[in-house]
Amino acid sequence: MMHTIRLPTILRVHAGGDASVTACGSTVGEAFSDLGRRYPALASQLLDPDGSVPVFVNVFLNDEDIRYLKGLDTPISQPSEITVLPSVAGG
Amino acid sequence: MFDEQSSIRVPEPVHRTMINHARDCYPEEACGLLAGYPDGRLTKAYALTNIAHSPVNYVIDPSEHFGAMRDAESRGWELVGVFHSHTHSPAYPSSTDVALAVEPDWLYVLVGMERIDALSVRGFSIRDCRITEKTLSFDAHS
Repeated sequence: MMHTIRLPTILRVHAGGDASVTACGSTVGEAFSDLGRRYPALASQLLDPDGSVPVFVNVFLNDEDIRYLKGLDTPISQPSEITVLPSVAGG
Repeated sequence: MFDEQSSIRVPEPVHRTMINHARDCYPEEACGLLAGYPDGRLTKAYALTNIAHSPVNYVIDPSEHFGAMRDAESRGWELVGVFHSHTHSPAYPSSTDVALAVEPDWLYVLVGMERIDALSVRGFSIRDCRITEKTLSFDAHS
């Protein structure tokens, strides 16, 4: 099952400059793993060494923040859009 | 997108939203996002929640960020910038602002509240840790 993953500007350099890429998987984590096989540098930005999503990275499956679902284990039952948004913060 | 513009026009509703949100959130920092056309013309300011609830830091609520992005895209716009207030320091990016700037093409607008009766609004680009001020022009009655 193919999904579209939308990337923020800052991460596009790791995906050949593309604003969105495709990935396969039946969970969000599987989609990220598939992405990581093709774009290892991108995967290192999306996942901490322990395999979790960094605090300042927000991931939405269609319109839902996966933090309020099952995180990377959130199942995907149909072709979907996954949006990666960096936290916007400052001081 | 802002590189080609000698002056960035800030429509009166955008200006008013930023100022009012800064005042409403005081003494905490206010924050929000700016939408516009792909060529950089500003169309709307989204006043959003600072989930840090701090006078010295801000973090935009991620769900509201996503909602603003969806709303902007539904209108043919995109997110082109961010604004936040400095409650006790000038309208100039702090070292934290520079360190956490994640969108090199965005306009970063600062609302300085050192003088509550005369707020200062200035715009910058932050790219590769380099700050460049952008000239903002405001509608005459704003």
